[in-house]
Amino acid sequence: MNGGASDTLRKLASYGPAIILATLLLVLWESYVRLAQVSPFILPAPTAMLQALVANWGLLYEHTLQTLVETLIGLAISVVLGLLIAVLLDLSPWVRRALYPLLLTSQTIPMVALAPLLLVWFGYGLLPKVLLVILYCFFPIAVACADGLLSVEPELIKVLRSMRASRWQILWLVRLPGALPAFFSGLRIAVTYSVTGAIVGEYVGAEKGLGLYMETSANSFAMANVLAAVLITVVLTILLFGLVALCERLALPWYFTQARMRR
Amino acid sequence: MHSPKLLLEGVTYRYRAGRQSVEALAGIDLTVNAGEFVTIIGPSGCGKSTLFNIIAGVEEPTGGTIMLDGEVNGERTGKTGYMPQQPLLLPWRTVEENVMLGLDIRRVPRRLAREQAHELLKRFGLSEFADHYPASLSGGMSQRVALLRTVLFHPSFLLLDEPFGALDALTRLSLQMWLQELWQSLQSSILFITHDVREAILLSDRIYIFSARPARVLRVVRVELPRPRRPEQLATPAAASLEQELISLLLKEQRA
Repeated sequence: MNGGASDTLRKLASYGPAIILATLLLVLWESYVRLAQVSPFILPAPTAMLQALVANWGLLYEHTLQTLVETLIGLAISVVLGLLIAVLLDLSPWVRRALYPLLLTSQTIPMVALAPLLLVWFGYGLLPKVLLVILYCFFPIAVACADGLLSVEPELIKVLRSMRASRWQILWLVRLPGALPAFFSGLRIAVTYSVTGAIVGEYVGAEKGLGLYMETSANSFAMANVLAAVLITVVLTILLFGLVALCERLALPWYFTQARMRR
Repeated sequence: MHSPKLLLEGVTYRYRAGRQSVEALAGIDLTVNAGEFVTIIGPSGCGKSTLFNIIAGVEEPTGGTIMLDGEVNGERTGKTGYMPQQPLLLPWRTVEENVMLGLDIRRVPRRLAREQAHELLKRFGLSEFADHYPASLSGGMSQRVALLRTVLFHPSFLLLDEPFGALDALTRLSLQMWLQELWQSLQSSILFITHDVREAILLSDRIYIFSARPARVLRVVRVELPRPRRPEQLATPAAASLEQELISLLLKEQRA
């Protein structure tokens, strides 16, 4: 459709300023390193980072795959857990009062301190990394969803009750679908933390993964390699974010129609 | 004579607000006969909507008897088509899917429900909007869809709480005519709340005038205009004098 195509173009054009600014910063960085002749052990130039990325691609690819697997498993579990917790919080004010402080507490734990403990308890395998991803990700999903479930109009609940809808029907037919936009907002926040969660886990001890690669590269002062892994992390996170945005568009066509109408 | 669709006798409602007990309804007697269009009109905040919640079974009265479909003080949810002032359509459902909501709750098989919704939309001139999302509908159109949702759930007795209150005058008039047609073709009984005296006269067989809170019935009048009604009939001497009478009665209550 015509409207769709021009929408896409406008969307792409809206990234213009961000691309220009990022390019500008990269150029500044590159020229600073070259002009001031900064040692590559302290700060490598962006071009050096790209060279490192290409040169080590075979190895980096393996590590990236490992990190991606941990991230995706953690995210998937976070989604299920977040939804479950949101519904639980919604069951009664009692459950909410009992559970909410605990959930909040879980977010105050410094993950860098927790990561070595998880390593001691669960070893070098997948589990401690997945747990860290979950600890980073379930909370924004659960909180956004719980708020979304509360956002329904009380008058609408009355209409449904007059139709003799059961509590579960009201949840399934009205409140959960109504909470989906909030769920996606939570998920978008969660994915931005997710890759970092896996990397923190790998950093303290792993057999494979970008976090491990960063740690070993930093120990041997291969700064360009560290930055190459950071670049992959950034790209991975942005791709995941885009994927969530795409899923949201596909799952909630009505939401975007509504937004367009309001404009 | 058949037994009435709805019979209220001495229905009272009190609720607690802090330490005080507030009386909202002070003994309401009211009848809706089968196929009748009855309107309640009264000052704002007099407890009309509370009465609707009670009739729809969403709330229980403090006292009195309610006979619905011949059953005294029985379960009332699922036996009326209740519609509040706002259309409250589900934005993620298309018009057709919104109309079939009540059937989903009754667990009618999807295909059958869709067929019935489609049929109803066609019958009342909305089939071209069947696949639209509510966001793209005008206020008047949303209200039509909400009304059809109510009708499909329970066509024989509709509780309409100021359904046209938020619409502009012209849209309102066209919806009033549409509702009259719908009511006659479905032979529903309707209990209707409004603030608009002309709307009440145009549509109703009988009008109950409620007092200010705590609400009681001040007067019941029968509207003796021939059916089907046309807006022009509001200009006839009979309608005009009834309008004046009701307005002065309501004004007195508003001041009280």
